[in-house]
Amino acid sequence: MSYSEKLLDHYENPRNVGSLDKGDPDVGTGLVGAPACGDVMKLQIRVNGDGVIEDAKFKTFGCGSAIASSSLVTEWVKGKTVDEALTIKNTDVANELNLPPVKIHCSVLAEDAIKAAVADWQKKHGLDPTVKADTVQGDRAALLERGVLKSGI
Amino acid sequence: MKIPIYMDYHATTPVDRRVLEAMLPYFSEQFGNAASKSHVFGWHAEEAVEAAREEVAKLIGASAKEIVWTSGATESDNLAVKGVAQFYQSKGKHLVTCKTEHKAVLDSMHALERQGFEVTFLDVEKDGRLDPARLKAALRKDTTLVSIMHANNETGVLHPIEEIGRITRAAGVLFHCDAVQGVGKVPFDVEQANVDLASISAHKMYGPKGMGALYVRRKPRVRLTAQMDGGGHERGFRSGTLNVPGIVGMGKAAELARLEGAAEAARVLALRERLRKGLQAGLDLLTVNGSLAHRVPGNLNVSFAYVEGEALMMAIKDVAVSSGSACTSASLEPSYVLRAMGISEDLAHSSIRFGLGRFTTEEEVDHVVRLVVAKVKKLREMSPLYEMVKDGVDLSQIEWANPH
Repeated sequence: MSYSEKLLDHYENPRNVGSLDKGDPDVGTGLVGAPACGDVMKLQIRVNGDGVIEDAKFKTFGCGSAIASSSLVTEWVKGKTVDEALTIKNTDVANELNLPPVKIHCSVLAEDAIKAAVADWQKKHGLDPTVKADTVQGDRAALLERGVLKSGI
Repeated sequence: MKIPIYMDYHATTPVDRRVLEAMLPYFSEQFGNAASKSHVFGWHAEEAVEAAREEVAKLIGASAKEIVWTSGATESDNLAVKGVAQFYQSKGKHLVTCKTEHKAVLDSMHALERQGFEVTFLDVEKDGRLDPARLKAALRKDTTLVSIMHANNETGVLHPIEEIGRITRAAGVLFHCDAVQGVGKVPFDVEQANVDLASISAHKMYGPKGMGALYVRRKPRVRLTAQMDGGGHERGFRSGTLNVPGIVGMGKAAELARLEGAAEAARVLALRERLRKGLQAGLDLLTVNGSLAHRVPGNLNVSFAYVEGEALMMAIKDVAVSSGSACTSASLEPSYVLRAMGISEDLAHSSIRFGLGRFTTEEEVDHVVRLVVAKVKKLREMSPLYEMVKDGVDLSQIEWANPH
């Protein structure tokens, strides 16, 4: 399979790899995908008082396209307001990286990751999530209590 | 050391120089049709074809008359499975195979199902091997054929074919063995294993592509319905003008395998073990897929947990390997062979198949170990799953969303 230069660049030099403190009230965390499907993305955003995303980090288990897609969206969301970030569509990611048809699901996952991270941040601030994110099922607090989710996500 | 490094010897092998040299005259000077009985051009071609037949037979403990030339192992598998099933259908219409067989066997079986045959697809054990007791239990009065491979193409795992052969012989059922990945690498003898039909491919043993053979037992005689009709070549089993240069190449490859196979196997096994131990010393959470004891020397199929296979292959792009990850196929399903062994989908996505062979060097193995260890570590640093596991999270407790 041949990949675009942009995709290879993001894969070989991924931007913003890492984690933010998920306990920080200004940090929203999105975890999407499933290990059985071969891709899991964690996207975290730090939102300032003006509702602007000033930092973003990711970690991704997945193929090169999944890694490149998540790297790209961390670049894109930085400097945007949360509302602006929600306008990023999977097709934008797919076009920018010129993803082959079998890899389109990677861009879908990247869009889901943004929605999930924003929804998490909104919840922390007592806001109703703008978009219901397709993220890890179950009550986050309950999972944390049971020790299933300990840290990092 | 030459870059890129080839470690995909299960996919194909380079033609050995000595094989190429043996083949060359048969493209130009010795171009005769082996079926031309009336002149010297034909006689020379036929002589070369028969000498090669002798060599291939010798490698597997058969007699020359039992070798049928084909275009490759896919054709051999089709001819054996469909040919036997169709010829003996008045006797019964039940066939037995195993879930980890090559697609050439599985899809031939599926084609027969559509023709009204009944097929039992046996499970394998966790180590990838078929339990002979499972086979014995599956046999019925109307079973005519059992098709079980020798070595698996993904894991290199060897089935207990001698035990399988004893069972099929005692039950009066024919035994076809796809021997493609084992022949020339580990001993394979049709008498010892009571094999009635065996598929072999030239390009998996340093011969040319597009060339294969099917062993068809004469005592007791095995009969087949031909799948290719025409001039009645190859005792009527397979019509079509013989690929003389290809046959000569396969003969030479078989001769080299017979003479040098044992020494080569020991050398390749040492390299494979060097690779395995190097990777295990450098990385945690690494699992070898399938039995290590019952495996062809050149195979190492491993899963690097929490790293996706295709991503790893991209990271080591100067090393040619394969992966059981879905991302390497259009189907988005991970390896059916690994799944049949009970390996979880996420570990199947994380699998890499290293195939070592005749021209692999120690220097290459050491380079690959260093490269893979560094890249797996880098990808794990990027993996949310690795981070979670290191933090003590039990991933199986999480209800993952979006399971497509």
